[in-house]
Amino acid sequence: MNSRIEIQRNILDFTLSSLLRRKTKNAVLMVVFTIVVFMLASIIFFTNAVKREAVAVLQNSPDIVVQRLSAGRHDLIPADYIKTITDMKGVVSVKGRHWGYYFEPAASANFTLVVPDDGGEEGRIVAGKGVSRTMRAGDGDILPLKSYKGEWVVLSIKGVLKSDSELVSSDLIEISEKDFRKIFGIPKDRFTDLSVTVRNPKETLTIAKKIKDSFPDTRPILRSEVLRTYDSLFNWRSGLLLIIAAGAVLAFIIFAFDRASGLSAEERREIGILKAIGWETSDVIAFKFWEGLVISLSSFMAGIILAYFHVFVAYAPLFEPVLKGWAVLYPEFRLVPFIDPFQIATLFFLTVLPYTAATIIPSWRSAVVDPDQIMRSQ
Amino acid sequence: MILHPAIIALYLSSFISVALLIYSSSFAAMILRKWDIGSGSELQLSLERRTYLISVILSYLFFFQFLSLFLFIYTADNLHNLFTGSMCAAGTLNVNQYGYPVLVLKIVNFILAGVWLIINRIDISAHDYPLIKNKYSLLLFVAPLMIAESALQTAYFMGLNADVITSCCGSLFSSDSTNITSEIASLPSLQAKAVFYISMTLTLAAGIVLCYKNKGGLLFSILSLLSFVISVAALISFISLYYYELPTHHCPFCILQSEYGYAGYYLYLTLLCGVVTGIGAGIAGRFSNIKSLAPVILVIQKKLIIASLLSYGIFTAIVTLKMILSDFILEGY
Amino acid sequence: MISVVDVRKVFNAGKANEYIALDGVQLDIEKGRITVIKGPSGSGKTTLLSVIGCMARPSSGRIRLSGVSVEGIPDDEGYVETTSLPERFLTQIRRKTFGFIFQQYNLVAGMTVIENVMLPAYPTGEAYSAVRNRAEDLLKIFGLYSRLDAKVQWLSGGESQRVSIVRALINNPSGIIADEPTAHLDTKLSSEFMNIIESLNREGRTIIIASHDPVVCESSVIHRVVEMRDGKVIR
Repeated sequence: MNSRIEIQRNILDFTLSSLLRRKTKNAVLMVVFTIVVFMLASIIFFTNAVKREAVAVLQNSPDIVVQRLSAGRHDLIPADYIKTITDMKGVVSVKGRHWGYYFEPAASANFTLVVPDDGGEEGRIVAGKGVSRTMRAGDGDILPLKSYKGEWVVLSIKGVLKSDSELVSSDLIEISEKDFRKIFGIPKDRFTDLSVTVRNPKETLTIAKKIKDSFPDTRPILRSEVLRTYDSLFNWRSGLLLIIAAGAVLAFIIFAFDRASGLSAEERREIGILKAIGWETSDVIAFKFWEGLVISLSSFMAGIILAYFHVFVAYAPLFEPVLKGWAVLYPEFRLVPFIDPFQIATLFFLTVLPYTAATIIPSWRSAVVDPDQIMRSQ
Repeated sequence: MILHPAIIALYLSSFISVALLIYSSSFAAMILRKWDIGSGSELQLSLERRTYLISVILSYLFFFQFLSLFLFIYTADNLHNLFTGSMCAAGTLNVNQYGYPVLVLKIVNFILAGVWLIINRIDISAHDYPLIKNKYSLLLFVAPLMIAESALQTAYFMGLNADVITSCCGSLFSSDSTNITSEIASLPSLQAKAVFYISMTLTLAAGIVLCYKNKGGLLFSILSLLSFVISVAALISFISLYYYELPTHHCPFCILQSEYGYAGYYLYLTLLCGVVTGIGAGIAGRFSNIKSLAPVILVIQKKLIIASLLSYGIFTAIVTLKMILSDFILEGY
Repeated sequence: MISVVDVRKVFNAGKANEYIALDGVQLDIEKGRITVIKGPSGSGKTTLLSVIGCMARPSSGRIRLSGVSVEGIPDDEGYVETTSLPERFLTQIRRKTFGFIFQQYNLVAGMTVIENVMLPAYPTGEAYSAVRNRAEDLLKIFGLYSRLDAKVQWLSGGESQRVSIVRALINNPSGIIADEPTAHLDTKLSSEFMNIIESLNREGRTIIIASHDPVVCESSVIHRVVEMRDGKVIR
């Protein structure tokens, strides 16, 4: 048993020295491999992180959001709907919500204005980091917003939001209900939408049906539905990107296969010598196995580390053009680093596995040369 | 159909595995017809060279199969959000009728690949390769199973349409409904524990007998397979409850999640290791009368028995410790 | 003792380019002696060496070696028949029994002298340190100790030849097989080589050399010359 470990150690030793002897050739292969892993890993890390952000945000969203539709478009919802829905069995509470988008021409940015649950403090706001950054306004500064009539509403910033997930809170302004109505000219008995809290999650669907029955002009949206939609959207998108990247993987595999089968005369001679001086086919196969393992694992590791920096430290600069059309994302958003074994396993399957499979037959073929070949071929 | 990266990965791995196996099978068929160890003909020499390739392919396949088994469960778990009523892998697998058969086939193929490697290891330690025909017949038997697994897996993923209302571990592995898994879940825990410990003890006894008296190889194989099945049932029936500390949660997949410290991995790892080496040990015993194997077979068999008993022992120890150390009291529910 | 009984080796059997390299060779080689196989190129010398040296299997016939013991291989009155053994076992026998010296020294370029010497021992599973000590001792004997860490491509022809001899000895084999060992050496180095061969023989090793170099064939140290032509032993 010990001698078998010793054999593998010796062969690994030889493998490393052989890899070093052919630095350039192996470096090219490893660089290409690393780039492929880097690309796929960036896609997977990025989509997973964005998905997680989205899910984290949605976790706090209400069980059911009730919107009113008018002519197929989202419309303000009358306050008297609240009473009827609150009276439904299984409903814990119903709240009217105010939120909207405000376009700031000076910064050409869109802010999201939200009225907090406690109604807010008149004349004062809490701003998201992105708002604070683009308007160059911090704690205690003044931020004037133009109302729908063209009048200025002067608001003072009482704090800047701190949040892990800048993706969500970056463009946020928490504003009082009164100021909100003043800016957008919304009547007192209208809300943007309603949030419904349900006692038993299993009844959510039934309650949503009841709401729809009572108010045919409404659209109840379940949290689970939103989550699901996001999930499949992100899965689909990362899958799609991977399919596009599959071309690159395929090209790499063909490249690796070609490399493995087209041994140079020198390598061929070397394996011939090994066979002649007493290496057995399985020893040469073991040598080729270690060679593949060293190449693929180090490239795999390097690709993953690079992708980690790319996505979580540099915020995916290579994806920016793609992202702009992806969703309403904001410059300088910060993704919370998140990698799980599942992503690594998936990446391993997509890169190392096909590489290994592509090199099995070529490395076997190089290992079965006749031991007496170097005597015959002189 | 869902285009998830992990699903693409699983497609890829099963495609590669099937392609390699079909490639190997054509040589397996040739070896079965043309093998003649005494001949020095060029055909024989080239067949001998092929055997190296096929061992390598099967070794990789065993490894791929192992990874894909866990990736499959992990994927199912990851996708559960997409299906109303599904809370973990159990629900996702239940979305259509192919989910569980794929899982079972993955396990069976993993075990078969492991057994093949053990037979191969025994075979190549004798100068006349006495098991070559057995080995390649087994390969021809594994190939269709592998193809079936791949086909079912494709059907399963193709048939996954988000938002199908499925029953999940709550209902699937709860004591109320009636199907085989729920019957396992509703077994009285004391009896289930008794069956589990008895099967482990019997396997241990059979292993010791086989080790010292070289008798009962077949029995040991059967017992280690049974122990594997019973242990999985025990996981559903009572072991999982100690991890979840919930009297009604019987899911065998949730313990693979990080919330439970990935405990499921070492539990399943020991079980898989135990069953492969256990079956292998019994099979090794059947070849002890082959003359050329005589000097090596008992050594290999002993190693396999020890590996199997050790794996099952570790499993039993972990589980027992968990039950003793846990504050959760199962009996009485 | 090596006994070769009616050995045939056919390449590309049944095809248009069928080539019979060995045609019913019958030969006994005594233990502890220096035997030279002589003949023109294409006479089958090299093929005979590779068949005897367990590098290749004959198409038919039998080869029996004495004084070999490998785990799991039955022997018959002290003889092991190598003819129908698979490569895995042939290699095991070969590693223990024969050291090989080739016409081109066949050293692995880019590696040092000591690494080249140790290569045949890698797959035996012997501890690295033990092999290294033995390699250093052998290199001392052959006056190569100072060149230990030199890359082999910087060695002179004579040094390369000696490194390849040391490599052949690393697993301490009972026999040495040399194929045209003096083809690239001048007369002085060739006679030096024969001196080395003599000393190896004195240690009890069986030596088989294929050569048509007169320095080898007419050397006083050799015990027997076997002549081959067209795949047959003629004398």
